[in-house]
This record gives sequence, C-alpha cells and structure tokens, in this order.
Amino acid sequence: MTEEHTTGEQTTEPEQKVFEQIAAQFPGLAVSAFRGQTRVVVSRDELITLMQTLRDEYSFDMLVDVTCVDYLNYRGAEDRFHVVYQLAGTDSGLRLTVCLPLNEPDLNAPSMTALWSGANWMEREVWDMFGIRFEGHPDLRRILLPDAFEAHPLRKDYPLQGRGERHNFEVLRRGEG
Amino acid sequence: MAVAGMPEHFEGLPENVVVSRLDELGSWCRKNSLWPMPFATACCGIELMATGASRHDLARFGAEVFRFSPRQCDLMIVAGRVVMKMLPVLQRIWQQMPEPKWCISMGACASTGGVFDTYSVVQGIDRFVPVDMYVPGCPPRPEQLIQAIIDLQDKIQREGTLDGREFLSAQQQMTKRALIELPILGQGFSQP
Ligand code: SF4
Repeated sequence: MTEEHTTGEQTTEPEQKVFEQIAAQFPGLAVSAFRGQTRVVVSRDELITLMQTLRDEYSFDMLVDVTCVDYLNYRGAEDRFHVVYQLAGTDSGLRLTVCLPLNEPDLNAPSMTALWSGANWMEREVWDMFGIRFEGHPDLRRILLPDAFEAHPLRKDYPLQGRGERHNFEVLRRGEG
Repeated sequence: MAVAGMPEHFEGLPENVVVSRLDELGSWCRKNSLWPMPFATACCGIELMATGASRHDLARFGAEVFRFSPRQCDLMIVAGRVVMKMLPVLQRIWQQMPEPKWCISMGACASTGGVFDTYSVVQGIDRFVPVDMYVPGCPPRPEQLIQAIIDLQDKIQREGTLDGREFLSAQQQMTKRALIELPILGQGFSQP
C-alpha cells in the first residue's frame, strides 16, 4: 500500500498504523510517503467524507494550510492542479497532506469552511491566485489582489510581469486636486 | 544707506529692514517648515524613521513634524514599493494634501519598482503621481534622504511662488517618460 522512497526520516510505527487504517477505510486513496511525510491523493467526490472522517475520527483537528500547485509542463504530471490541504492533529502530533487533483475546465472544489472555519481566507487566496472555485464558500472574493483584477497570477501560464494591469491607473498631474 | 540696485524710494529705511519679493518670502517660510507625510510601505520606511529619529535629526532642517493625516502635510515621502492595491490609496492621500505640496520618491522601489518587476508592483510611482525628488538606493541612507530634502528646499526657494504658478508650468505638466513608452492596457486582457 505505502510506497517508500525514504532517504531521511521514516514514518514512525504508530503513525504508520493510523495511516494504514485510513487507507483501509478509503480504498480509493493513493497513499505515498516521503521522508516521513505522508500524502494521500483523493478524488473530489470522496474529499468531504475523507476530511470529515479525518477530523472526527482521526483527530486531525487543525487545517494548517490550503494551497495549490500548478503542474503545467511539469515532468510526469498527469493533472493540471493539485489543491493541497495540510492537516495536523494538535493532540496526536500527526500530520497529513491531502491532495485533490483538478483539471480544466472544471476547477471546482468543495469548500472546507464547514469543517474548519479557518479555511475561509486560505481558500480565498487559492481562488485569487489560481482561480479554483470553492463550492459552498460563504464569501469567495479576492483577498490579496484588487477586486478588478481579472487573471489568476500564480498559474504557470500567466507572465511574471503581468499583462499590463499594473500600468492601468489614472495619472494625477500637478495642480489638479 | 544706498544699496546697489535698490529702488530710490527705499533709501532712508532703517538697517534692520529687509526688502524682498513676496514670492521669495513665502517660499522661504514654506521650505523651512515642510511637514512630511510618511507613506512608508516597505523596508525604506525604516530608514525614513531613522531619519526622523535623534541620531540624524531631521528637525535640523525644519521637516521633522511627521503627520499621519494628509490634511496637515505638504511633503509626501513615498518609502517603499507600491502595489496595485496601494496605488489608489496613495493617489487619494496625495489628493487630500493641501496645496502647495511636494513628493519625494525614496528608494529604488518607489522610483522604478526596483527588483520587484512583477505583475502587481507599480513600476515607479512617477507614472501616476507627480514626483519632485528621487532618492536612489536600496535603501537610501538617512543622509541621502536629508540631502533630498535640502535639495527640495532649494528648489522651493528657487521656483516657488505664492500662488503656486510653478506647478502649472508646461514642464511640470509633462507626461513622464515611462508613460509614453509602456502600453496601457484596457480591461480586455484575457481571463484564463
Ligand atoms: S528600495 Fe530596497 S529598501 Fe527600499 S523598499 Fe525597495 S527593497 Fe526595500
């Protein structure tokens, strides 16, 4: 089940047990570990159930981060985006990375705000930077960029210097105002 | 006492009377009582604070009264990079400052965008607001900022007028180089 390419730290045995248990409960999961860090890849349909179970039954009570990776032109990548959830159990000390692959044109993911209210701003940031829509999010607005911004600049096909948005302002002159 | 070049009807004035032009007198008052608006958005702001602090003591040049209300200021010091979301704020603050007013662009970022040549960083505030003095450096030392303020004082003394005519001169109104060179795109850029 668990494929290991570890060169550094190993997953400890009690941790291993928990992750095996999770894998047994969700047969659709792709579980892998690297240097003592475990990662599962889950499909969109299963995500909510998995997260709910992880929170309630496996005591992953903290959503540390929601972020996204754009795998455009990445060697060997099959999916365009991975939405990445970092979970932690504050009592158990366990950590788990949950990845949700998404492909264009259907860039919708279920929102985690119902499970962890801290997901609110993090999902807004992912929407802002990558254009992933979170269904069920109470207030999916841009969080870092101006509201009028139209692109999602952390996508790999977006030019670093932008498309001229930064020059798009009114010019104030002397003696006006 | 007759002084060379003095009109005849001034003769006989006591020695403690100084004759000048009203514009020059006004500029002299203005240049020695600059009230800076610290628009410090990044690391340059730290040097700006150091400039105002005791070691470098901006008070020696009459510009130590930092005010955080634009209504009470006449010198905007932009210290740091300005991003797209900040620029409208900067413009609003500039418009809220009463005339006459001046602007110092402090540091590489405020003047050109610096190393931050990215989608969200404005590549020089002089594209969108008038700038009187540029201070090079990353960050500029407080001495450099003080030099800029001294130079600005000279400029105010040299060309200042009581009613601010100099602000309306053609040269001051000229569009900045950068605005001519770079395309200004509309809302039409594509949605990925
Ligand atoms: S010029 Fe240098 S010190 Fe000043 S804001 Fe830019 S990076 Fe910071």
